[in-house]
Parts: sequence; structure tokens; C-alpha cells
Amino acid sequence: MVIALIVIVCVVAGLVFFAGGTLGLLRFPDFYSRLHPAGKLDTMGALLVILGLAIHQLFPVTLGSALTGLKLILIVVFVFLASPTATHAIVDAGFRAGLEPWKKGDPWR
Amino acid sequence: MRRHLPIMAPDDSSEEPKPEKPPLQKKKGSASAYGATFIIMLGLWCVLSGKFDPFHLVLGVLSCALVSYFSADLLFAAPVTGRTFRIGFGFVRYLPWLLYEILLSALHLLYLSFHPRMPELIDPQVLQFRTRLKDELAQVTFANSITLTPGTITIYVDFHRDFSVHAIDRVTRDALPGEMERRVARAFGEE
Repeated sequence: MVIALIVIVCVVAGLVFFAGGTLGLLRFPDFYSRLHPAGKLDTMGALLVILGLAIHQLFPVTLGSALTGLKLILIVVFVFLASPTATHAIVDAGFRAGLEPWKKGDPWR
Repeated sequence: MRRHLPIMAPDDSSEEPKPEKPPLQKKKGSASAYGATFIIMLGLWCVLSGKFDPFHLVLGVLSCALVSYFSADLLFAAPVTGRTFRIGFGFVRYLPWLLYEILLSALHLLYLSFHPRMPELIDPQVLQFRTRLKDELAQVTFANSITLTPGTITIYVDFHRDFSVHAIDRVTRDALPGEMERRVARAFGEE
């Protein structure tokens, strides 16, 4: 019961982060600032959802469920390594191509 | 007036002596790097396979030995010493703080993207500063931590250790480099 509650809180919080990430991606003004919600809030959402799933399948604790939980944690570790790398690669490509970042006071596009 | 010249390859590049080819012996990792890679890979094999009968374990030991023989100098470029363990321990101690920081700034960014008057709140700017971290691995950790923390993205790090960071508003901009750099420095023993 308590576990189900924890799982629900984790997954719903993760979904809120995903929704915020998508909304920010649509609302923010330019290429660079759109990447902030796209890259980070999605990472946070993935962390929470996968954490919830790992807790959900952990009980009753057996060797199999513990191993599955560890595999899910490995997915999170990979996302945490890959996401900043990909974000950095996109931002770097933008700056190399000479795209100017939006500043406060510029027209909204 | 332009004279018609036959097209020639530029002289300076063709005249230069070719750089000496590096000797063909492959640089191998040390025995300690080999052992550490083997242990990490065997642990990963056990988690991913989930079978602990002799047949699968022998397969795992054989393939891990082969792969760590090929790639011992990739994961640990230098021999594994006490310093490696100290850095690993410092990094593990740094992780909870980083996760907490990621959560805090993710909430801040979530607030921004749901806020109706978001255009007045954000103030994206490119921030430049010079870090005092000397170790390359520490600089990579610092740059990746900045990018992981919502609201700030590392654009560029040059060899003078100058960081360019894109920050979404004043709150996230003021946090840099500050405490994060100090904690990375402590994790890598540069205090």
C-alpha cells in the first residue's frame, strides 16, 4: 500500500516534469533556451518514472526483481551521461553555425 | 594584369617532410588498469545476464578477459592507484549533492515553463568565467554537471580553462561557478 503510493507519486511527478519539458520546449523564445527544458526536464522526468518502475517491480524482493531493478538504474545512469552530451553537441553546433542567442528585449519570435 | 600560370600545388605543403610514423607497438594499459576493467565488466555481465550457473559464468569470464585485454587503456588511461580510489570515493560523495541540485533547479525551470508571464522572467545570457580546476577529468565533470543542472548549458571550454555557459535567467546565472566548482575541486582532491 505504502509502496504503491510511493510509486504513484514518483511516476506522476515524472509525468509533470515531462509535461513541463514539452511546454517549455514550445514556449521558450529561441533555439538555446528551448534546449533547457528539452534536455533537462526530460532527464528529470525519466529519472522519476524509471525510479518508480524500479520500486514497483522490486517487491516481493527476489534475485530476479533485484537484477531488473539494477538494469533500470543502469538505464538512468546512461540517460544522465548521454543527455548533457547530446545537449552540448546541439548547442555547440548552433554557436559554430553563428546563431545569435535571444536576449531580453529582442523581438519575440 | 594577371599572367596565366599553370595550376600548381602549393609548395610549402609538398616540400615539408612527412611526419614520422609512430612506432607500431600498441600502448597497453597497466596490469592494475586491466584488472579494474575486468572487475567492472564482470560485474556488469552478472547484472545483465542474471544467470549464475558455471556455463554462463565461464562464458562471462572469458569474454570479459578478452574485452578488457583489448580496451584496458581506454577506461583507465593511467595505472590504477590509491588516487583513483580517492577520486572515485570523492565522486560518489559529490553525487548526492549534484542530484539534489538538479532537483532544485529542475523545479525552478518547471516553474518558469508553466509561468504565464515567463517572457518577463527569463533573461538568457552567455556567461564566461575561468575555472581553477586543473585536472582534465575534473573539468569534464564540472562541465557535465553544469549541463546536467537545468537552466545552464556549457557551450565551450577552451584550453585556457575558459568556460562559456548559456544561462536561462539571473538565478541560475548567479549560482556559477561558486559552490559547484568548489565541490568538484574537493572531489578531485584539488583543495
